[in-house]
Amino acid sequence: MGEEGGEIQLMASFFGFAHGIHPPEEKDLTRALPIRRMPYPDELVLPLRQHAGKEAKLCVKVGDHVERGDPIGLADGFMSVPIHASAAGTVTAVNWWPHPDGSMALSVHLAVDRYAPQVPRPRLVPRWEGLTVDQVVKAVQEAGVVGLGGAAFPTHVKLVPPKGSTVRTLIINGAECEPYLTSDHRTMVEYPERVHFGCRIMMHTLGVSKAVIGVERNKPDAIAALERTRAPGLDVTILPLTVKYPQGAEKMLIKAVTGVEVPSGKLPVSVGVVVQNVGSLAAIAEVFDTGMPLIERIVTVTGHGLMRPTNLIVPVGTRLRDLLAHCGGVTKDAAEVILGGPMMGMAQANLDAPVIKGTTGVVVLAARETRGESVYPCIHCGRCLEACPVFLNPSLLGDLARVHRYPDMADHQLADCMLCGACSYVCPSNIPLSQLFQAGKAALRRIPPPVKA
Amino acid sequence: MNPDRLIVTASPHIKASDTTPRIMWHVVVSLVPVIVSSAWFFGVSALLVIAAATLGAVITERLIGRPGALRDGSATITGLLLGLSLPSGFPMWMAFLGGAFGIGFGKTVWGGLGQNAFNPALVGRAFLQAAFPVAITTWPKPGASFWTLGGDLFAWPFLRPVSDAVTAATPLGLLKFEKQGTPLTDLILGTTGGSVGETAALVIIAGGIYLALMGCLNWRAPAAIVLTVGVFSGVMHALDATKPDALFMIFSGGLMLGAVYMATDMVTVPVTNLGRWVFGIGVGLLVVIIRVWGGLPEGVMYAILLMNALTPFINSATQPRVFGAPSRTPS
Repeated sequence: MGEEGGEIQLMASFFGFAHGIHPPEEKDLTRALPIRRMPYPDELVLPLRQHAGKEAKLCVKVGDHVERGDPIGLADGFMSVPIHASAAGTVTAVNWWPHPDGSMALSVHLAVDRYAPQVPRPRLVPRWEGLTVDQVVKAVQEAGVVGLGGAAFPTHVKLVPPKGSTVRTLIINGAECEPYLTSDHRTMVEYPERVHFGCRIMMHTLGVSKAVIGVERNKPDAIAALERTRAPGLDVTILPLTVKYPQGAEKMLIKAVTGVEVPSGKLPVSVGVVVQNVGSLAAIAEVFDTGMPLIERIVTVTGHGLMRPTNLIVPVGTRLRDLLAHCGGVTKDAAEVILGGPMMGMAQANLDAPVIKGTTGVVVLAARETRGESVYPCIHCGRCLEACPVFLNPSLLGDLARVHRYPDMADHQLADCMLCGACSYVCPSNIPLSQLFQAGKAALRRIPPPVKA
Repeated sequence: MNPDRLIVTASPHIKASDTTPRIMWHVVVSLVPVIVSSAWFFGVSALLVIAAATLGAVITERLIGRPGALRDGSATITGLLLGLSLPSGFPMWMAFLGGAFGIGFGKTVWGGLGQNAFNPALVGRAFLQAAFPVAITTWPKPGASFWTLGGDLFAWPFLRPVSDAVTAATPLGLLKFEKQGTPLTDLILGTTGGSVGETAALVIIAGGIYLALMGCLNWRAPAAIVLTVGVFSGVMHALDATKPDALFMIFSGGLMLGAVYMATDMVTVPVTNLGRWVFGIGVGLLVVIIRVWGGLPEGVMYAILLMNALTPFINSATQPRVFGAPSRTPS
């Protein structure tokens, strides 16, 4: 087993993905801060759409009283998960409310009981050893577990590989390459047993014998904690990775760990790999440990525009306004509030939007850190080509996007762009390449593909 | 904080600190030692020629370029490079005209910064070469007193210049027309006849290294040019000893200035790294062909301009393989 690990490590140093960028990490703000629990705010806002896939079906009405952990929305089919109340309280309204993605979403407002003990109803904790795959999948789905790395893809779906495909390796994503964020880092340092326990359940369910936890080298304490708590009799390798953005992107991580490129347009399972985030594993562990559904998550609240950066356990549905106030409020020169990391996160227009299951962090940027408004013409310096982890030509794609030549962009592999933003980050002309590509992808979804003669 | 005043932009929300104007001004800074060395060898007349060309470029950019385009520094670079590629004692009005033509026809009509296909400084110089072939090949001797005003600096526009300058042929001219060599140390140190900024190879290389360290210069095209010229002319020299040897070819004429400052103009050279190698090899081959078999003693300018024309094709032929794609994607 030890030798196997050495071999994989060697492969990683050979095959680590090429290109990528090195933005300032800014993780020192919260790297060493232990996770604390945030007190319940007076009101929680729970959007029914917090995950990729179909949104949950509302199952409460105004005036209902719910206990902590009770469902307020039910899964609508397999590609959906339920939403649970993060605190005991009363449903005061169900309305359209600002969603962190910038749209409006049907949301349940919950007035939190001030003096409730916030003890969940007694529940059966399933013993995972005796469960069939279907039962595990059902338990994970009913607990509302989604990928906590940001994309919020329903976790139970990844436990059921598509028919005809075999999974050989489970890769666990502890790269956390986004600047500022330390929530996965602190999870690995403080709850390494949960990561290993979640990993064991995942391996059992997928029927794989081998797992690799990839952690960027800038988190030596996380690597040490995972090594220390390693479960006996389980082939889990903890693999230190190069510190580079976007190391945590699924396809980059697979390349760094296995040396294999996931074919363009295919899923990781096509090369026999499933990737899970460490936070999601901890959430699975919670399901089979205490039986609690996913109602709170670890959020890094940080940035040079914030008074007291912190790693917090935040009830899902906490409004940003309450969260920032709990962290001492923002500084005078705070300019931009981002849900997620500064590379791929969403800038918020309205601080009434809530923290949702996919919120990895809240970053408050000071004015001096923002991108600025002056944009220069593309001088074809080629820095974006050297940054792009999928080897696109962002310079050319940007030129095409500017003149709305979207089908030509498709011919130049726009579909392979994962909007990591590395090109926009390095562009000396400050061209919003990533945004142009987002617009191009959206436009291509509207235009039917040209009929080839 | 007033939530209405939050900045809302698409991701990413942070950016590397380098900007296009900063890159351009780094290039200008790296040219300062080259300008100083030109003054050292050719006196104040070199400075006057450079200033006239730069003024021509800058004024034209200000008059017909995009508003605010002067701030990005690219017009200054064009003017300086044009001035550096002219002989000292070149009539100032011609230098001014060359700068104006380079910016006007080499850049602005294409749509300004980033849009032009050909290096604007070389467009200006090609125009001057075509319009004033005698003036542009009249090379005053280096090493005159600093304050000597060379040749026809102050000649009136369109009047026949009365040249009484002591001229010195360039090393390439000497070789081509008089079969006479020049010591390598003179070439490297710059104590030969030639355009004001082209002779001091060492200073130019130092400027290139500075730019490369600053991340403003991609070394591949210059390396390809020097290697190609070296290998190609080395082979020629080995086959036929009357042909110039490799070091002479590398350090003579405008090769160093062209390789370091013109074949690295991001706008007009390929954007892929492989493309930059191809571009450099093409320039190197053309330089040797023109110098050895052509009618002109020097061919760097035409070599780069010709390869500029191929840049779009090189770009589309050298796209890297996309991650996870089966093979090189046809474009």
